Amino acid sequence: MAITVRRPNLSWKERIYLPAILSGMVITMRHLKNMIFGRTKVTMEYPEEKWDSHMPEHYRGAPALVRDVAGRIRCVACQLCEFICPPRAIKIIPGELPGDDKFAKVEKYPNEFDIDMIRCIYCGMCEEVCPEQAIFLRKDYAITGFTREDMVHDKEKLLEIGGVMHGVVLKWNEKK
Amino acid sequence: MNYFIILTSLMKILGVIFLIILPMVSYSVYAERRVSALIQDRLGPNRVGPAGLFQPVADAVKFLLKEDFTPAHVNTFYYWLAPCLAMVPAIATIAVVPFGSTLLGVPMVIADINVGVLYVFAIASLGVYGIVIAGWSSNSKYPFLGGVRSSSQMISYELSLGLAVIPIFLLVGQLRLTEIVRYQIEHGWMIAPFIGDWLNVQKWLLAIPMFVSFCVFTVAIFAETNRLPFDLPEAETELVGGYHTEYGSMKFALFFLGEYAAMITGSALIVTLFLGGWHLPIPSWNGGFHWTYITGDAEGWRGIAGGLFNIATFFGKVAMLLLVFIWVRWTLPRFRYDQLMRLGWVFFFEIALVNIFLAALMIAYFPA
Repeated sequence: MAITVRRPNLSWKERIYLPAILSGMVITMRHLKNMIFGRTKVTMEYPEEKWDSHMPEHYRGAPALVRDVAGRIRCVACQLCEFICPPRAIKIIPGELPGDDKFAKVEKYPNEFDIDMIRCIYCGMCEEVCPEQAIFLRKDYAITGFTREDMVHDKEKLLEIGGVMHGVVLKWNEKK
Repeated sequence: MNYFIILTSLMKILGVIFLIILPMVSYSVYAERRVSALIQDRLGPNRVGPAGLFQPVADAVKFLLKEDFTPAHVNTFYYWLAPCLAMVPAIATIAVVPFGSTLLGVPMVIADINVGVLYVFAIASLGVYGIVIAGWSSNSKYPFLGGVRSSSQMISYELSLGLAVIPIFLLVGQLRLTEIVRYQIEHGWMIAPFIGDWLNVQKWLLAIPMFVSFCVFTVAIFAETNRLPFDLPEAETELVGGYHTEYGSMKFALFFLGEYAAMITGSALIVTLFLGGWHLPIPSWNGGFHWTYITGDAEGWRGIAGGLFNIATFFGKVAMLLLVFIWVRWTLPRFRYDQLMRLGWVFFFEIALVNIFLAALMIAYFPA
């Protein structure tokens, strides 16, 4: 059986549209006015304004290598991050430190350390697995480049992003 | 042949088209985008130049550099003809509109013909051919529906458009648009003839049919220019893009420009018929308070400044009306097709008819 939809009984005022149209125009004009006088603030104009200061502590941005307070690369080229990396974005070529080096007791260090940022999925497993706390996910998110080569972060770039890590573990400190 | 008239006419044509109408068209597109954005709490285009003011230039360059694509299934000749037909009538209409008083003794109207408004209606209704031919030649269902809708909508609203201006001609007794402006300067603007003459009952009574005329005419202009809430020919949500679905690059841009040019000519008509044309009353205390106005008749630079001021006044009024067009567009939803037809044939047609009798009665029994 067909269902009869009850139509609302419109009053005389509603039937001539005009009051509704005018009240609608008042609403849009109010929005326009509030925008012009800057009372409404919705849009964040991206390159000029950034949300960076509001980024949470746990934000996972670009992975980066860090130096310790003595200026040494913390990485010992154990290659655990290379093995754990799900998209296989990390490539490490380990090398030995020469015997007269200040940090010769560490023995190994990365000769080359490349992270392909096209492959990286920002999962943070490298950070999690690192026994030396040498690789961290920073808050950089605008990783850009014109070629595929640009998008591979080499050791210098990673150290530049990473900067110096203060405190935390100092396993190879003389006193320990 | 009078070379002076030919030369000045040519200069007026080039000046109006390239210095006023086309920049106004491109900046009304910009205004449309900015105002619509602000109404919706967005920002709109603000990247190109200060506050995005060079956006129209960027748009034009983009449209010119795009590939001019013609689909394989269209009727090529009419497909190419349609954008021109959409653009030309909109611009040709402006020829009879007086957009200023005089400049260096030259009247600021391109063609002051004695059938003024008839010419406007004759040319403006050609605008629908562009849309119908575009819909037909595209050989595709959505443009076709858009074209058909456009033609029936145009017929329904052109009636009330024509009838709405009859009270003015009853009053003025002329079709020449410059005479209508002159009448308004002497007797007060059509929309509010009582201003400055507050105690004149006859003018108050006359304002009633004039206001109705104004409303009907404005709504009919909205329908005529395919603006929301009457944009059924290009209803994006129903007909993809309507009549210009199959168009791209500069041909699409011509439709776009044609729509805005039609808006400008429509606003110019409303200004001329109801809002006093280029006339702007200025209070003066020279020997007691009275209203005066600026003309371009004075000698030297004062005359030039006055003439330019009148042109600026006219296009300022047009710009205000364009803002109203945009404001209405971003407020109201689209009418359903049967509502549109009902409104056109059952309401506006009758209102305009009754209004004519009302105006005739007023003029017969309360002569000025």
